[in-house]
Amino acid sequence: MTPLTSDYALEIVDLNKAFGGLKVTQSVSLAIRRGERRLIIGPNGAGKTTLFNQISGDMRPNSGQIRLFGTDVTTFAPYKRAHLGLSRTYQIITLFTGDTLEHNVTLGLLGLLPSRWQMWRPLSFYGDLAGEARRTLDTVGLLHLANHPVSEIAYGEKRRVELAMALAQKPRVLLLDEPLAGLSNTERSTVKSLIASIPRETAVIMIEHDMDTALDLAETVTLLNYGRVIVDGERDVVIADERTREVYLGS
Amino acid sequence: MKWIAAALLAGLLLLLPLFAGDFYINLASQILIAAIFALSLNLLVGFGGMTSLGHASYLGVAAYISALLTSRYGFGHGAAAIISIAGTIATAAFFGIIALRATGLGFLMITLALSQVLWGLAYRMSDVTNGDNGIAGLTRPMPFGISLDGAAAFYWFALIVTSIAFLMMAIFVSSSFGSSLKGVRDQPRRMAALGFNPWMIRWITFIYAGFWGGVSGLLYVYYNKYIHPTSLSTTSSAEALLGVIAGGSGTLGGPVVGATLVLLLKNYASAYIERWNMLLGLVFLFIVLVMPTGIVPGLSKLMTRLRRGPR
Repeated sequence: MTPLTSDYALEIVDLNKAFGGLKVTQSVSLAIRRGERRLIIGPNGAGKTTLFNQISGDMRPNSGQIRLFGTDVTTFAPYKRAHLGLSRTYQIITLFTGDTLEHNVTLGLLGLLPSRWQMWRPLSFYGDLAGEARRTLDTVGLLHLANHPVSEIAYGEKRRVELAMALAQKPRVLLLDEPLAGLSNTERSTVKSLIASIPRETAVIMIEHDMDTALDLAETVTLLNYGRVIVDGERDVVIADERTREVYLGS
Repeated sequence: MKWIAAALLAGLLLLLPLFAGDFYINLASQILIAAIFALSLNLLVGFGGMTSLGHASYLGVAAYISALLTSRYGFGHGAAAIISIAGTIATAAFFGIIALRATGLGFLMITLALSQVLWGLAYRMSDVTNGDNGIAGLTRPMPFGISLDGAAAFYWFALIVTSIAFLMMAIFVSSSFGSSLKGVRDQPRRMAALGFNPWMIRWITFIYAGFWGGVSGLLYVYYNKYIHPTSLSTTSSAEALLGVIAGGSGTLGGPVVGATLVLLLKNYASAYIERWNMLLGLVFLFIVLVMPTGIVPGLSKLMTRLRRGPR
């Protein structure tokens, strides 16, 4: 096991967020090593997605600190965090429905390239970008649909496009918000092996309700409830913990 | 088929002065100017999802600066044109910072308010702008010593500028930046998470649209040799917006078709009906009811349906 040095991909220190009187994040502190595979569990409304939104910068915490590879990004806009190696997927599919799968993934690639500012050259002239996008689509098994608009493909395929867009960016920290939600059993195992094949140097933090599948992918588990970290640690230790049973696995 | 049609249209546009009278040539020049203006507004409305009701500001600012510099301060047309465009860009950059604090309806209201400020200034600062009398007695430029006073000469000049404008804006929307812009229009949150800076993309587009608005303003003041505060008015902004939406926002042909329609209605209908605005409203209502996405997308949908044959 890697030693617990300052070599953290993501550190969250005493994070707090409230919507009016509703405390959705309460003194949350987490440290995720480079390449770590972390599963975040908790009942509905535990504050899991809200935590993701604060990490990605969609929401500002009321207090606390978020560090990416040692850089304090608490006040950074989302796009700046992306340039530090952070990518995410969404629980509610957020794709460009009128555009082709290839174009969707191309946007993922373009987001980190200086050529995104280029105004005088058609995007179609960038053959290498399209090639790269198609290669990424191939890894998620959707190359045959590359020229179809997103609106024409099935739900399970859209989930994989979500993943492909994030993977194309070769992130160092990847946030997956319920990547298995609404998938059939076969689709589940496809996406599971996709997640398992993410390069080892990428830290993956995943929110997922499907414990059977997700636990296999995780090394460490964090249990949230009412915006608080209840249990946090090695997978088997968290699963065996009394409080986990109480909050999540029990009843 | 498509190329033949394009070649025919290009030939028709190029040779128009050879078979049409001055009245029609002048009408065509006005259509070209309105087309550039509508195309520039469409960058905001159609491709950026930023519905502006103050785009006349940029046409007006460029026209007024050019008019003042050439008539009052003795500037040549070349220098005046450069300063006018620079002034328009600066105005758009400043207005953009204010307007882009909001999106949607808020954005629309701010653009409306800002353009009203300029319109008010043009009316009230009569010692500078000559107020309601406007600035008359202006001249047209003489590029490479060629006089543009004839209807045909001006038409060809406008056609060259319009062609460049159309081409530049077509490349713009198909470029990487154009793709970013459309992405920010459709999924701003996702775009930010992917590493794009939505605000900056919108602001740069706002300035670029202002720039082409300024170019159309220069042509406008050259054509009319006169400028009046009404060119800065909300009516002027709204007419262009109407054209963009009726023609088909977010397409390249739509704003051109829409601007043509508005101008033709304005010229012909106003000869017969005093309240031509009412007719324009009815035509607009008809278009929106029959083809909600605009004439160009509506017709192309109809064409594909006809080609596939009845089902």
